[in-house]
Amino acid sequence: MSEPLLSVEGLHTAFHLESGVLRAVNDVSFSLEPGRVLGIVGESGSGKSVTALSILRLVDAPGRIEGGQVRFRGRDLLALSEAEMQQEIRGNRIGMIFQDPMTSLNPVFPVGDQIAEVLDAHLDTTREESRRRATELLRLVGIPNAEDRYSDYPHHFSGGMRQRVLIAASIASNPDILIADEPTTALDVTIQAQILKLLGDLQRRFGSAMVLITHDLGVIATMADEVMVMYAGRSVEHGTVEDIFERPRHPYTQGLFDSLIRLDDSHQSELRPIPGNPPVPIDLPPGCNFRARCTSAMETCARKEPLLRPVPGGHRVACHLVHPDTEGRGS
Amino acid sequence: MSGGQALRRTLASAWRAYCRDRSSVIALAFLLVVAGASLLAPLIAPHDPSDAVTFRHAAPFSEGLVLGADGDGRDVLSRLLWGGRMSLMVAVLPTLLALTLSLALGIAAGYFGRWSDHVAMRVLDMVFAFPLVLLAIVIASMLSPGVLTVTVAITVALTPYITRLVRTTTQSVKGLPFIEAAHAAGASELTIVTRYILPNVVAPALVYATTLMGFMIVVGAGLSFLGLGTQPPDADWGVMVADGRVVLRKAPHVTIIPGVMIILVSLSFAFVGDGLRDALDPRTRRH
Repeated sequence: MSEPLLSVEGLHTAFHLESGVLRAVNDVSFSLEPGRVLGIVGESGSGKSVTALSILRLVDAPGRIEGGQVRFRGRDLLALSEAEMQQEIRGNRIGMIFQDPMTSLNPVFPVGDQIAEVLDAHLDTTREESRRRATELLRLVGIPNAEDRYSDYPHHFSGGMRQRVLIAASIASNPDILIADEPTTALDVTIQAQILKLLGDLQRRFGSAMVLITHDLGVIATMADEVMVMYAGRSVEHGTVEDIFERPRHPYTQGLFDSLIRLDDSHQSELRPIPGNPPVPIDLPPGCNFRARCTSAMETCARKEPLLRPVPGGHRVACHLVHPDTEGRGS
Repeated sequence: MSGGQALRRTLASAWRAYCRDRSSVIALAFLLVVAGASLLAPLIAPHDPSDAVTFRHAAPFSEGLVLGADGDGRDVLSRLLWGGRMSLMVAVLPTLLALTLSLALGIAAGYFGRWSDHVAMRVLDMVFAFPLVLLAIVIASMLSPGVLTVTVAITVALTPYITRLVRTTTQSVKGLPFIEAAHAAGASELTIVTRYILPNVVAPALVYATTLMGFMIVVGAGLSFLGLGTQPPDADWGVMVADGRVVLRKAPHVTIIPGVMIILVSLSFAFVGDGLRDALDPRTRRH
């Protein structure tokens, strides 16, 4: 098999806080093939966003990437210089879209210039050429009257329109990978669908791969090929969308599905939220991080940390229930 | 559409935003008239500001003098015009110098942070321990008296205040999502400082500096009063107020006229600052 576009191996990112070491991303591995969409799902604080930021090496102090590899087209991104990351990777080969479109644009410059700036930074284009392409991109992401709106300021745009502008900026240099960190969370439901459709269209049209971070399983179902479920900094279940939606094996993943409102299921009598809150991953005791909220926790769960292992059907799960006979990682 | 047109459009809309507040427009017009008259002092002043034209003080509209004569018999109008040059220069020049310095220091401390922040802020804390006017007096007294000295003294005394504002604003701008988005789009640190931090910080700093300009006329007047600034027989408005106290009972206009000018010009700077705030904020501008 050829080398994947992006492969993350044993990524560890930690924040050194006064209250202890917060292991935001703990031994996470995944890979991404060209043109595929990987959904990362999990609650707030599960390490989804830090995983994305780690790929681009944008984790700010006191956070630090402490181990693992991020290989993009065979190059280890963690070994590149800061200048190489700036010029060749960020905004060039890997684009990123953030959660809050209202504050992700520079308020003092016209939106078109902000897109042209990305082009100027990475491509060898003239000013006029950048302007023309930026206008084209605005049209591509569905901004009406793109020529006129080029010189409008961010506050002239609604949230959905701003997210379109940000998407235009992130795809300006035709990246191989687009990382979308909760791209629709801050938007109205009707706008969410439009933005997702736009992302999907663009992704198919340009054949770029995408890492889509969300806490919304519905978004995963419509967009992703593969899913990685994260809990307290760890990947607890990983597989194709079909597999995980039909046969979720980890109690946490099952809990996520049980806490969804399903319009197609008339038998579902009530929602069953997962009790409790996710732990803050500082100085966690040994064993499974989910056991305090798990209805089927066993004695083993307190002793050994379950490892992500394959199950029949092609996906991987980290749970002692699924792998009762295998030994997990001891304390 | 070309870049030049876009700039013109932006300037036009900024001007419209400025004009929305009538007091800002009146203040700007007043300042322009005062500045123009001061610049033209050599041409339009009726008398030499240092020569006595009467034997003693004279009331306004007496002895052919519109604003009368001061205790030494000098024409108040001529001294007001010539003194305006000094006072306006002392208001504007050191404030703009301090603004430039503060933008560099404040952004360095606020954006790059860590030890440069600590060093810069502890030094500024020491400066804050002294009242601004006292500090300006100390600095001015270490140099030879004159306008240059006043400029240096006020620049140094003012810089910590504007720097603190720039630093705080920089820190809050630095935390906004568009900075992270710029990093993710591959912007260099230089681009982030010049295109993202500076433009978002310069507006509040400029507005603050403008409101300080009026205050600096008063500080400059104080330094001149103490003999550290403008030297006799030259005039600035502060010197004129000081000279007037000798004949305060008999000829109060000698003190009141330059005093009123100081107040009006100070107020005007404050109003212009308000207008600039509107003009520089893209949210209040319309196309």
